[in-house]
Amino acid sequence: MTKPGNFTPLENFGHSLRAPAYVQHPDSEEEIGSAFQLARQTGLTVTARGAGRSYNDAALNGGGIVLDLSGMDRILSWDAQSGLVTVQPGVTLRQLWQRCLPDGWWPPVVSGTMTTTLGGCLGMNIHGKNNFRKGTIGEHVVEFTALLPTGAQVTCSPRKNGDLFRAMIGGLGMLGIFTSITLQLHRVHSGLLDVRAWRVPNLEVHLEQILKAAPEHDYTVGWLDPTAGGRGLGRGQLHTADYVGPGEDPQAKKTLQVEYQTLPDKFFGIVPKSVLHHFMAPFSNNLAWTLVDTLKYHAGRNRSYRQAHAAFHFLLDYIPNWERAYGRGGLVQYQSFLPQETAQEAWSEMLRLSLRRGVPSYLGVTKRHRPDAFLLSHAVDGFSLALDFKVTDANRGRLSALLQDFDRIVLDAGGRFYFAKNSETSPDSALRFLGPEAVRKFKALKKRCDPDLMLESDLYRRVFSAIGS
Amino acid sequence: MRKKRPVLPPRGTPLHPRRYAILVGASSGIGAALARQLAVEGYTLALLSRREELLASLCAEINAQAGEVRALPYVHDATAFASVPDLLRRIVSELGGLDLFIYNAGISLPSGLHHYEFEKDLQVTRVNYLGALAWLNPVAALFDQARAGQIVGISSVAGERGRVGNPAYNASKAALTCYLEALRNRLTRRGVHVLTVKPGYVLTEMTAGVKNPLFAISPEKAAASISAAIRRRRQNVYIAPVWGLVMFVVRNIPSILFRRMSF
Repeated sequence: MTKPGNFTPLENFGHSLRAPAYVQHPDSEEEIGSAFQLARQTGLTVTARGAGRSYNDAALNGGGIVLDLSGMDRILSWDAQSGLVTVQPGVTLRQLWQRCLPDGWWPPVVSGTMTTTLGGCLGMNIHGKNNFRKGTIGEHVVEFTALLPTGAQVTCSPRKNGDLFRAMIGGLGMLGIFTSITLQLHRVHSGLLDVRAWRVPNLEVHLEQILKAAPEHDYTVGWLDPTAGGRGLGRGQLHTADYVGPGEDPQAKKTLQVEYQTLPDKFFGIVPKSVLHHFMAPFSNNLAWTLVDTLKYHAGRNRSYRQAHAAFHFLLDYIPNWERAYGRGGLVQYQSFLPQETAQEAWSEMLRLSLRRGVPSYLGVTKRHRPDAFLLSHAVDGFSLALDFKVTDANRGRLSALLQDFDRIVLDAGGRFYFAKNSETSPDSALRFLGPEAVRKFKALKKRCDPDLMLESDLYRRVFSAIGS
Repeated sequence: MRKKRPVLPPRGTPLHPRRYAILVGASSGIGAALARQLAVEGYTLALLSRREELLASLCAEINAQAGEVRALPYVHDATAFASVPDLLRRIVSELGGLDLFIYNAGISLPSGLHHYEFEKDLQVTRVNYLGALAWLNPVAALFDQARAGQIVGISSVAGERGRVGNPAYNASKAALTCYLEALRNRLTRRGVHVLTVKPGYVLTEMTAGVKNPLFAISPEKAAASISAAIRRRRQNVYIAPVWGLVMFVVRNIPSILFRRMSF
């Protein structure tokens, strides 16, 4: 590789950003090394990209080099006795669970989609619906190896190079490129989960019930109807799920199989789901979504049932390309993490504000969280609320003003943000929630691992270039 | 040693998008006015021209007014066709994106009624038409793949009839207009917008020798109209608009009369 080739147009997952880049497809550590070489020769910067599922500019590098690591997708070793798996960074959660579930293991932490790569999951330090219990994915990494822009190969574990371990996990791919990842998986005795669903009439009950349910269950997640105001503000539906114990699933052998887990690819058995988003697009407006959310709320029944792991966890994969239903302007997701004590007041204010200004979110998701020890952490002892907003030329200004007010409310309430989601976080906001000490430490490691600033994404330049230097 | 790239502000966000444009033929006239206009609208610009000093002072002026780097200068001769692909790559790398491409390079070398000179025609054709092709091909390829982008060609009302005074200029602009139409027909289905601008008289260096230019407008006014046409994704636009009417008449003058006319 001596010439960068031609530009490839890349987008963020929300289709709200566009950035041409020289995309390289390394399939070995040597080829990652030659990409760094190329960057050195051309003066271009490098950004790692996995599945490209970040809602913002984390995996974009306009005009620079993007390392598409999806080709490094080999499972290097799998031990069905201990549940230890070693993978290349481009291995997806889909590959991982499909390989390990038949042996009775499940990834300890998964995102709402299974298309994400493990490299991306570590770079963002993802959480799942069990964050309050299992922490982030980084807490289950036994060891990883990485190639630094300096050319150094490093091996990190909680004990070995611990500072780098806690900085590279959640480090947005800005310190080095993961080359192998060893994870401890979680033992399961069935392909099913015991799921319970019930309605919550307002935000107060919503958060109260999450708080109460979380310690008693393996997974807890809430759907929040952001179109409802007044007494129904913050209403929604909670789901909890629990692993099925040994011997509790007579058909465990069958339910652990991949075929049993696989999501149907047709809707009502006839309509291919891959085309569904075309039919949804015309109804992607305030009125239609208010109707849909209201119907969804009132149709919600209190019920208990058993559900396959994949169906429970990977809701976002249920309708392929669902994000395209948001139309040409795409969508942004705004996720805020708030301490237990301040969440209700802050989110009440935010939800009311969005309704009053006529820019409602169409979908809200709540979770329970606990803090973690990683350097750039989004976690708090409290809750998170993720809100999806449709972007149009007409609402861009109003939405921007709204999200700026949201940032102020969240920061005043001691909250945090997540760099895989929010696209509008300013350098000042980042500095404020991360704290100057964390930013200073991160910058010091950046200097050590990447003295020539070769690893830079659009996100890094937008948020981190201006702070902590 | 790693090369340092020019420092532009970070790229935009979904709610504060930054747009990037290349303007070929930027140092004076319509080009310079358009550069100022687009910079005020928030575009980050790569400005191309042969004339280094004019270009440098234009960039300095734009950047000072914006309070941030919003224009980068690139010295380029529109007839240096072979250098275009690499230069385009370099510019897109340095800007960090490309949303709008404008080809505004153009010369006019009028000749006397009984004067015939291939060298002059060649030069006009190379700047006005072949230079456009050298850029439009790689730019169209980029936009086609991205399924997005806007292309603007500054053609001329002069491309609508062959007149006695300036055959090569008329022909080069006719060719450019026709090429842009073909490009529009290819690229509209890919979400790419192609705008053909047909200025009449604009008070620039090119028209300095014209006595009593008809319906003449300032470059600033021309730039404002072009920018509006870009925003509205118009396909063809006459500036000033009155030229639409004038050219309707001119297009319909029968040859038997037109041959006898001397304008």
